[in-house]
Amino acid sequence: MAEFLQQTVNGLSLGAIYALIALGYTMVYGVLRFINFAHADVFMAGAFLGYFLARLVPAESFGGGLAVMAGTMVGCALLGILIERLAYRPLRRGPTLNVLITAIGVSLFLEYAGQLGFGAEPRTFPALFPQRDFNLGGLSISSNQLLVIGVAVALLVALQAIVHRTRIGTAMRALSLNPVAAQLMGINTDVVISFTFGLGSALAGAGGILYAMNYPSIDPLMGVMPGLKAFVAAVLGGIGNIRGAALGGLILGLAETFVAGSPWSTYKDAIVFGILIVILLFRPAGLLGKPAVEKV
Amino acid sequence: MPKPHLALLVALAVAGLVAASSSAIDPYYLDVLTLIGINVILAVSLNLVNGYTGQFSLGHAGFMSVGAYLSAAVSLFLGPQVLGEHPAAFAEGAFFLGALLVGGLAAALAGLVVGIPSLRLRGDYLAIVTLAFGEIIRVVFQNIDALGGALGLNGIPPYTTIFWVLAFAALTIFTVHCLVHSTYGRGFLAVHDDEVAAAAVGLNPTRYKIVAFVVSAFFAGIAGGLYGHFRLTITPGGFDFTKSIEIVVMVILGGMGNMPGVVLAAVVLTLLPEVLRPIAEYRMIIYSLLLIVLMILRPQGLFRLKAGRKSPGP
Repeated sequence: MAEFLQQTVNGLSLGAIYALIALGYTMVYGVLRFINFAHADVFMAGAFLGYFLARLVPAESFGGGLAVMAGTMVGCALLGILIERLAYRPLRRGPTLNVLITAIGVSLFLEYAGQLGFGAEPRTFPALFPQRDFNLGGLSISSNQLLVIGVAVALLVALQAIVHRTRIGTAMRALSLNPVAAQLMGINTDVVISFTFGLGSALAGAGGILYAMNYPSIDPLMGVMPGLKAFVAAVLGGIGNIRGAALGGLILGLAETFVAGSPWSTYKDAIVFGILIVILLFRPAGLLGKPAVEKV
Repeated sequence: MPKPHLALLVALAVAGLVAASSSAIDPYYLDVLTLIGINVILAVSLNLVNGYTGQFSLGHAGFMSVGAYLSAAVSLFLGPQVLGEHPAAFAEGAFFLGALLVGGLAAALAGLVVGIPSLRLRGDYLAIVTLAFGEIIRVVFQNIDALGGALGLNGIPPYTTIFWVLAFAALTIFTVHCLVHSTYGRGFLAVHDDEVAAAAVGLNPTRYKIVAFVVSAFFAGIAGGLYGHFRLTITPGGFDFTKSIEIVVMVILGGMGNMPGVVLAAVVLTLLPEVLRPIAEYRMIIYSLLLIVLMILRPQGLFRLKAGRKSPGP
């Protein structure tokens, strides 16, 4: 029983990170209807940005950690906006396949430019926050795990407030319902799309730091697997659906942790993709999504 | 005799000629030529799915690995029993052809297994699912101890000769060309142009997609078999996402659905790293920038000379 609870805690903290990344996929899909492959590499960029920013602040201090986190989120937001401006905006009216190929190109570019710039060898991520382990009757919870879950929940609540309580959030929802009508109502779609990319990328940056705190070895290809899994989480919850992304992330984090603790641990990556395939076959709209009807 | 058949015969004759004079050719050039041939098979077969049928598969390296593993396993484990100590050249060739076909058919079967569930999906989703299947295939091979696990298979007999490579490259081009230009094959283009309209005139888009997928996987498997018996050692890591991307770049550079362009792109992209050794390090950066710039400036591909068919709108 203690082991079950332990795995649950581990799974929740991993799932919280997946949820943060999945939100970026879901929001971009909501407004632009395409999968931003480069999102996983913004996540990687976030970890590296945190690595370099951490040198500027005192180690293992709460204020310093938060400053690094904020700086990284701003940096990643700018990176996301830049990517959209340079690579995706020229193709706004183009066929979806071309946008998809461009997204793959951007993703590969970030990965291999990172390998060239930072080297392919993994680096050790510094300890940002003061660390303590709490023992609750055989159950060991690190302060990092609590921090991951806490930050993820705070960001989720903030995001929900932005999307549902602010003018720009209303504009985002309008755009995802019907882009043409939104434009006719006087919404500046370029601004809203930039904002969406910025928001999603900031969350990915925060996810990058949280991930690196729990798995303190970072390299330019570190984004690929978590990115794919977060994407699966977004699809599982229903792509375009913010709560769905959070739910999907949690389910996936738990599933992966439990498989990793079982005799089939070498298959843990394959099982994640198995979930994706099963979901797409039996409930393509995801757990919380509504099935889309195609109009001819 | 119809023109494509004549062209195939000529190509086979040329392959025979090259093979007969192979002892006179510098082994380095022969190696490069072999790689070019294998890449042409991969690019042309992927072009059937990504170009003519308008789907987007990111798992071609996965099918290649199925072919490579199965045919290598046949020649490693069955070869000694079937061929004995000193096999005749003809028996060896026939056995290798059989091994290649086993690899190709296994890859085709994998294509069918992957295709039936996933081809109901479109665009982005299909890309992700094929990517996922490519990764699953890799993980599975990593976990089969009989096939060497993560270390892969070593000591595969060097059966691949320039004749087999050129012959299969010609055969792939011929098959894809004839398939697409047949009455039946016009359906591939119809599915590419507008799936809903194709279904409305009585074509079954899913069926077409599966056929394209299976044929494409078959040739990818053959290419994998040739590759395995050429490199003599294969590892699961050698058939990862990067390999799939390399083939996708060939198809996009040549122009999706443009056979001469794709063949040319396969040749150029194989030669480029050989000629420009110093930039080999920047290869993936160049590929990725090529993808972005091409999609923005010239989505029809670099090597499409005539104003071709327009790509379908959103």
